[in-house]
Amino acid sequence: MDEITRVVRDYIIREYVQEGDEREVSETTPLISSGLVDSFSMVSLLRFLEKKYAVHIPDADATPEAFDTVERIVALVRRFQKAEVSA
Amino acid sequence: MAFSDAVRRGYQTEIEGIKAAGLFKEERHIHSPQSSEIEVEFPVGSAIRKCINICSNNYLGLSSHPEVIAAAHAGLDSRGYGMSSVRFICGTQDIHRKLEKRLTDFLGTEDTLLFPSCMDANAGFFEACLNEQDVMIADRLVHASMVDGMRLSKAMQDTFKHSDMGHLEEKLQEHQDKRFRMILTDGVFSMDGDTAKLAEMVALAERYNAMVFVDDSHATGFIGKTGRGTHEHCGVFGKVDVITTTLGKALGGASGGCVSGRRELVEMCRQRARPYLFSNAVAPVIVAGALKVLDLISTTTERRDKLERNARYWRGLLKESGFDLKEGNTPIIPVMLYDAKLAQDFARDLFDEGVYAVGFFFPVVPKGQARIRTQMSAAHETHHLDSAIEAFRKVGQKHGILGLGKKELLAKCAA
Repeated sequence: MDEITRVVRDYIIREYVQEGDEREVSETTPLISSGLVDSFSMVSLLRFLEKKYAVHIPDADATPEAFDTVERIVALVRRFQKAEVSA
Repeated sequence: MAFSDAVRRGYQTEIEGIKAAGLFKEERHIHSPQSSEIEVEFPVGSAIRKCINICSNNYLGLSSHPEVIAAAHAGLDSRGYGMSSVRFICGTQDIHRKLEKRLTDFLGTEDTLLFPSCMDANAGFFEACLNEQDVMIADRLVHASMVDGMRLSKAMQDTFKHSDMGHLEEKLQEHQDKRFRMILTDGVFSMDGDTAKLAEMVALAERYNAMVFVDDSHATGFIGKTGRGTHEHCGVFGKVDVITTTLGKALGGASGGCVSGRRELVEMCRQRARPYLFSNAVAPVIVAGALKVLDLISTTTERRDKLERNARYWRGLLKESGFDLKEGNTPIIPVMLYDAKLAQDFARDLFDEGVYAVGFFFPVVPKGQARIRTQMSAAHETHHLDSAIEAFRKVGQKHGILGLGKKELLAKCAA
């Protein structure tokens, strides 16, 4: 697991998994479609990513689908990191 | 024709999808007044049968109380049937303001404004009182009406883990750059029946300069020694900035809700809350009934005391029968089954045994947290609860779940 994947996964566990909830979170665990992260709470994840990786993810791209697994979130961050660099 | 066959088929497919997912809701027709025993026609067209009702919000048993009915009749005679107006045009009668003052006194706040429902109060409050310079920090299990209200507001939205005060504190620290911070919570959580940690929340609000907003719909009238609500129970009476609550549950159960709290916040709602501005005034008959309810519960705590005894007794019966319960000390007592299909089958079997209870599952509660939510009322007598537990035991035995904990229940359902 690379650094960014680990950071995103750790944040999700710390931020969203309620004490006593024994669910495992892997890179491919559905987050939003499983109800672990609701669309409302997604906002804090978006803010965390933008702050941590100094990127701006437009609302149109911050969709529940794009945030549904750690894998997809990491891909999204990478896409916008590249966009920032080339801009 | 705009509603073409293709459009119709589109909706039919969507409805079929709801059915296939096991999420289709059907109304049961009740042929009697709301009470601990009701006459139910279900499925529609079948014979009417008498059931013990353990799923209503009629916490104090006042929905069909003779004095409330008489007061409503008198209100109907003296103030008419409807207002045919919103409040600020020609929809405010003397009794509307009288009820708002009575609610202010009862809840220990500075002012109150009636809304058509608490759903409307929650939907309208945040847009009226907060803007893009502010932040709303909500418990993750707040009621859907608050979620809708937050969506309509321009203020930033954030959430904290259910009842996790450490997590809330982190969020308050994080948002110190905002103009106003508002903490949002239910007083009693409707699905789990647990109580918000209001004392700690108020202390955090003081430390981090935040306001506290509580939806006390499942508490007003019976939580706390004199039934004022969660703020009384937690020892922070007068310290909560905004309370929204309903007349549609313990307080007579008809309809209507309110925002009660700091004078300026209530005034902002009067000026800007759209459900208040663009909905009819609460009907006089309901206002008159609610005034009588406040008379009844302000003079004696007998009903909330009986409700407390019933809740303790019912919880004990369920526990000793071997059901897995959510911990708590309110009249909402969820029987945990975890599996959605089991919850549906269990509720159906209970109905066959003459007990009316409802199964709740995702998306109403988190996945894997399906349950039968039971709710106590002061209208229940011991014999109702003794009969209901017989039905629960019989159905529990049929499904082989008595004495099983979460892991065993899940394993059984997976097998």
